[in-house]
Amino acid sequence: MNIEYVANLARLALTDAEKIRFSQQLGDILHYVEKLKQVDVAGVEPMAHASPVFNVWAADVPVAGLPVEKALQNAPSQRDNLVAIPKVME
Amino acid sequence: MSEELIFKSIAELGRLLEAGKTTSVALVQAFAARTRAVDGRVKAFNSRDEANALELARASDERRAQGQARGPLEGIPVGFKDVIAVDGQPLTCSSKMLANYVSPYDATVTEKLKAAGAIPWGRLNMDEFAMGSSTENSAFGTTCNPWDLSRVPGGSSGGSAAAVAAGEAPVSLGSDTGGSIRQPAALCGIVGLKPTYGLVSRYGLAAFASSLDQIGTFAHTVEDAAIVLGAIAGHDSRDSTSFETPVSDYRVELKKRTGPWRLGVPREFFGEGLDPEVGASVKQAIDFYRKAGCEIREVSMPFTSEYAVAAYYIIATAECSSNLARYDGVRYGYRSPNATNAIDLYFKSRAEGFGEEVKRRVILGTYVLSSGYYDAYYLRAQKVRSLIRDEFMRLFRDCDALLSPTTPTAAFKIGEKAADPLSMYLSDIYTIGVNLAGLPGISIPCGFTAAKLPVGLQIIGQPFRETDLLAIAHHYEQAHDWHQKHPDL
Repeated sequence: MNIEYVANLARLALTDAEKIRFSQQLGDILHYVEKLKQVDVAGVEPMAHASPVFNVWAADVPVAGLPVEKALQNAPSQRDNLVAIPKVME
Repeated sequence: MSEELIFKSIAELGRLLEAGKTTSVALVQAFAARTRAVDGRVKAFNSRDEANALELARASDERRAQGQARGPLEGIPVGFKDVIAVDGQPLTCSSKMLANYVSPYDATVTEKLKAAGAIPWGRLNMDEFAMGSSTENSAFGTTCNPWDLSRVPGGSSGGSAAAVAAGEAPVSLGSDTGGSIRQPAALCGIVGLKPTYGLVSRYGLAAFASSLDQIGTFAHTVEDAAIVLGAIAGHDSRDSTSFETPVSDYRVELKKRTGPWRLGVPREFFGEGLDPEVGASVKQAIDFYRKAGCEIREVSMPFTSEYAVAAYYIIATAECSSNLARYDGVRYGYRSPNATNAIDLYFKSRAEGFGEEVKRRVILGTYVLSSGYYDAYYLRAQKVRSLIRDEFMRLFRDCDALLSPTTPTAAFKIGEKAADPLSMYLSDIYTIGVNLAGLPGISIPCGFTAAKLPVGLQIIGQPFRETDLLAIAHHYEQAHDWHQKHPDL
């Protein structure tokens, strides 16, 4: 596994020590899951979940959402009823 | 402190409340006093709001006085794993990422329990974001097993299990993604029920692996688990995998069914890796059913026993990496003060907010979903999952339920497996297939090792047939007194 490539996809900054440790541990785990390659899965449908329901649609009627103050109560930073973040562009 | 109250079943507490022999306020006071006395050692609670619980208890006592009691949970304190939303209370997932998060709404199970008159009692410790089997992955410290404080309570719902086992709460809620209710219930010597996927709404449960997560309950007795299940089960349009099925009065029904049942015993679950003392207790439990007239069938699950753990750690980590993408330091949760721009904010907030096991799983999940690897890992694991479900369903043509150990060993030492993630993953080997197949499972106490550590019997049922599962478990419990033994603290 190219740990730096994958960490970038995951938007996760890793320390050098973490890169070394995770590479080794994930290598062990990937080696263990290799056994799935022995299984003949030709013609088998993939299973996304176990509930016997599919294509569930919500009724097209408006329902109340969270009020603004509750929706923002956990925001790390806010201004004018909006979530504030550092500048995206200079 | 009322020592005589803290280990009673909620069925019994309900009778005392009804007869006017105690009050909800007295119950909250008793469990709060017990928690003050022992939780410095057990460390099951992340937080608790005694004043709020007392206020709700007073309202409950008032309803009862006016003849408006709402049923068997009226006035009963219920502990919450710190992953299920209670409006106005902290929800931390035992993560630095959510250390200051306060739920802005109630989970569906919380709404239902409040409507039934129950009192939310405390936020219980867990492995961070429910990822782990020992509660050692909590950002707030490890919960200790009440039977031996140097050992883990299991996980990920370790706080929920330890709180009930230690008499700090009479029942509690947990969540089970790969065994996170059944395994800690077994290691703490109590009842742990994981319902069929789709029976209990996941709305308001912080997601780990959405196709596997299911809310369930810890209790001293099977009847108590049935009482709580009856209150939290049912269809909910806010969870799109919630299933429309009638909810039985499990408490009444479980006593009507007395067997005999056809019970399968998968021989692979008694092989290499199973501790002999655990195996001996479970075999005695199987003998009990045989003597009670049940037909015991030795069955084989070669596929599940060989491939379930591997398929699980691909599917669960894939879903975890997707679900945990929401923690980006923007709308809620931890935000790094060291970020210089918006993209940097993601990288640093996640690096500083997540613990080691969460990072490991996010990386693995991202990898198995990444371009070029998706088919080889994720899609293949989903196909293997179909085959695992098929293997269970084939056995259910001739068996009403399956019996096995819940765990390969009794509670292990704190620190024993922390350095080796794979060996920790393998401690879930008997429980994981149940989640992949979406089945209901229960762990009930079935003995102790020579070192006085509890052993759990796992019973695996057919989808949406919780009544049979509970009846089979109840039948055993009626003839044994393991559930009446409590740790010395």
